[in-house]
Amino acid sequence: MTLPVIWFVLIAVLFVGYLYLEGFDYGVGMLVPWLGKTDQERRAIIATIGPVWDANEVWLITAGGALFAAFPNWYATLFSGFYLGLALLLAALILRGVALEFRSKDARPEWRRRWDVLIVIGSAIPPIVWGLAMGNLLHGVPINQQMNYVGNFLTLLNPYALVGAVATLLLMLLHGALYLDLKAPEELAQRAHRAAYQIGRLATVFYFAFVIMSYVYANFAHKLGLDPGPIPVLAGVSIIAVRFLLPAHHRGWAFFACGLTIILSTISVFLALFPRVMISSLNPHWSLTIYNAASNTYSLRVMTIVAVSVLPLVLAYQAWTYWVFRQRVSFKDTWHY
Amino acid sequence: MTDVGLARLQFGTMTIYHFIFVPITIGTAFVLAILETRYWKTRKPEDRKVLDFFGRLFLINFAVGVVTGILQEFQFGMNWSNYSRFVGDVFGAPLAVEALAAFFLESTFVGVWIFGWDRISPRLHTWSMWLVAIGTSLSAFWILTANSFMQEPVGYRLIHGHAAMDNFFALLGNPQLWVEFPHVEAAALTTGGFFVASISAYFLRFKKEYREWYMPAFRIGLIVAAVGSVMVVVIGHDQAQHLIFAQPMKMAASEALWHDSALHASWSIVSFFNPVTHYTWFSIPVPYMLSILAYNRLTGRVRGISTLQSLYVHRYGPGNYVPPVLVTYWSFRLMILIGFLMAIMAILGLWYVRKHQVEGHPTYLKLMNWSILLPSFGNIMGWVMTEVGRQPWIVFGLQKTVHGVSPTVPIYEVAISFTGFTLLYLIIGIIEVRLLLKYIGLGPEAHEAYVAPSDDGILQPE
Ligand code: HDD
Ligand code: HEM
Ligand code: HEM
Repeated sequence: MTLPVIWFVLIAVLFVGYLYLEGFDYGVGMLVPWLGKTDQERRAIIATIGPVWDANEVWLITAGGALFAAFPNWYATLFSGFYLGLALLLAALILRGVALEFRSKDARPEWRRRWDVLIVIGSAIPPIVWGLAMGNLLHGVPINQQMNYVGNFLTLLNPYALVGAVATLLLMLLHGALYLDLKAPEELAQRAHRAAYQIGRLATVFYFAFVIMSYVYANFAHKLGLDPGPIPVLAGVSIIAVRFLLPAHHRGWAFFACGLTIILSTISVFLALFPRVMISSLNPHWSLTIYNAASNTYSLRVMTIVAVSVLPLVLAYQAWTYWVFRQRVSFKDTWHY
Repeated sequence: MTDVGLARLQFGTMTIYHFIFVPITIGTAFVLAILETRYWKTRKPEDRKVLDFFGRLFLINFAVGVVTGILQEFQFGMNWSNYSRFVGDVFGAPLAVEALAAFFLESTFVGVWIFGWDRISPRLHTWSMWLVAIGTSLSAFWILTANSFMQEPVGYRLIHGHAAMDNFFALLGNPQLWVEFPHVEAAALTTGGFFVASISAYFLRFKKEYREWYMPAFRIGLIVAAVGSVMVVVIGHDQAQHLIFAQPMKMAASEALWHDSALHASWSIVSFFNPVTHYTWFSIPVPYMLSILAYNRLTGRVRGISTLQSLYVHRYGPGNYVPPVLVTYWSFRLMILIGFLMAIMAILGLWYVRKHQVEGHPTYLKLMNWSILLPSFGNIMGWVMTEVGRQPWIVFGLQKTVHGVSPTVPIYEVAISFTGFTLLYLIIGIIEVRLLLKYIGLGPEAHEAYVAPSDDGILQPE
């Protein structure tokens, strides 16, 4: 494997990590007022992600940093191109972060209700924006010869990308419900369990709609970088599997299956792009690829050494925290949130 | 306003805002780690209460530091895409390492610290806060590595019109980094020291019943502040000396030195001048001082703005290479003033503590309350001087700021995001300050958000 390929893979890994881990955080955030009827219950729901959501978010920050370091042109084109979308995403992440931290810092019910609304909005926007981005990345966007995006914000709101946005939103909602089934106090977990059926149904429909549109509307098959082969199919199978694992009370497996869908679909997107990273809809030769967007060999080599030595350590202590906080949240705990 | 102007305004506003919370986080994490280490030795319930009290304030601040940081990570791509293409190869690396080596550490262990009180051993719990403190300082190191490259580019080659890294160790050994990082780190520790000491001073002054409780925190905060502020001043001096060689124009501008100085250069404490006509109508000079500042001796010329301007035109082609003099001059003066004020306040406080006379000096305690603002103000002045003084360069000697902006982002999009984020930050800032004040008011025995849940499920308002 050449260095640009290694970095393409690493960035895919970071995005997979981000979407998997923050995926359930976002889902949980959106479910706060729906599953939590009383303030107690809402706090319990937030407490399930309390110790981990910040570290999960760092997966995105690292992906951003890695993009900048390994593929400066990709970083520059993507974020200056999807400008308003990104601004919206960042505003949502800012609101969500403070809302999670501040909601329980005052006992007035209006105060808490207001922040709860912001938790929902802040958790819903990121999946929508990433869904939009994914749809547009697969479809291609107007990029000129100088690698600059020349469309506007409305260009990004095409029907295909919108379906992608809804599918991503529902998938993460499902992921969050399944996580709560595992981690929330028992009565709440029951509620999450029931919600997962309904969300799961919708999520499956939109997921398949998006896959079909990828072939029809985005002309996926003719534009493929690498053929992802059976991977999208497996992703589809695994979202259907959730439906069968739930009644059998294989809670852990259901959560895992939904996560697998997120992982496999993200991998499919990256495979379909490879070796391009942003497809130009104006002229295929103007697309950004891992070669014309990459940093030079020396800096990629340095970065590889750093990543290979630090990432395992990071994974080890993150895994350790999940182990420390493995227990189901209980109403008897004292909570920070 | 031009698109470059707006992009600069946005970057400056967002970054300064981020940097209000950052030094408080870095310094307070360090002080908290000391307080916790001490708590497990004394095991006094009141020490735990005071630790929790500062922990609550720390977390309120930390939250805002984190969320404003997320924006920072992506700003370069949004408004400065040409800049990102030009330097990404060199500049992106420290940013990525920062995320990987520092952000994961601090965000993971802050979670462990908050939720781990009854899940892990005291030793591990204390280590969690130390790891947070180490993580925040590491993050400062890596981001300043990136910033130092903009001040003093090293370890690169120009290939096809962009900077390509060819020596990572040169980046780490950048002389600019080794004055900038210690200076900023010391300033951050001082900020944390004052944060803890000033708030403790409030309890010593108004809440007499808690006097004994807050004395240790007051003392520890003051020690950190005293050591930190002396270091800030000493290293600041080194930095100025480095500047004379690395970015003489910035130095000349911060001295408002229009023409080469005399052989024995004097330094003005204040000077009122017209930046267009260069006419100085009032000035208080200290003889020899600039020579001492610059070279540690009584003689030595410092080059002035006009000499440097013609030198730069010769070297880089036609253009105006003079940064805004008024801003750099005054931000430098204020920074230095604050440096000395901080050192005086901290050392005086330690003297009173030693003599057991703290309560006998209500005026001192009152001033100490307000001193919480000093370090933050100093930090802002420092960055204004550093960044404004570097203009017109975005990367010194290599790329001008006007060439760094995103060429195809329409100005209305920048205006939308600038307005949106500024409003958002304003609101968050107000809420944060009110929460901090509220939790200071509630004192060390605040329950509210931390009570064990009641059975009926709804928390009653106070
Ligand atoms: C001297 C120190 C320093 C400086 C100059 C900056 N930061 Fe910062 N940053 C920190 C020191 C720091 C910190 C102390 O590590 C923070 C503050 C609060 C926190 O949680 O971590 C942080 C948070 C923080 C975060 C959130 C991390 C998380 O989620 O845990 C990001 C993404 C950035 N920063 C990125 C930046 C960028 C791109 C900067 C340059 C423009 C920048 N920071 C300037
Ligand atoms: C956190 C502390 C920092 C503060 C308070 C700060 C402050 C500023 C200010 C005030 C400006 C505007 C200057 C002007 O337009 O006249 C600016 C510009 C800029 N700074 Fe910094 N800076 C900080 C750290 C950094 C770091 C760490 C980097 C790089 C990693 C950086 C990169 C830039 C860039 C790209 C610009 C835009 C171009 C420009 O206007 O010069 N800054 N900063
Ligand atoms: C006698 C006191 C001080 C002197 C002589 C001094 C000197 C300097 C100089 C020369 C710079 C510019 C370096 C450059 O552009 O490369 C600088 C920057 C800075 N100063 Fe100070 N300083 C002093 C006190 C302070 C204080 C009290 C604070 C805050 C508490 C502070 C915080 C900063 C910061 C955050 C920067 C920007 C980052 C950097 O370039 O290091 N300084 N200082």
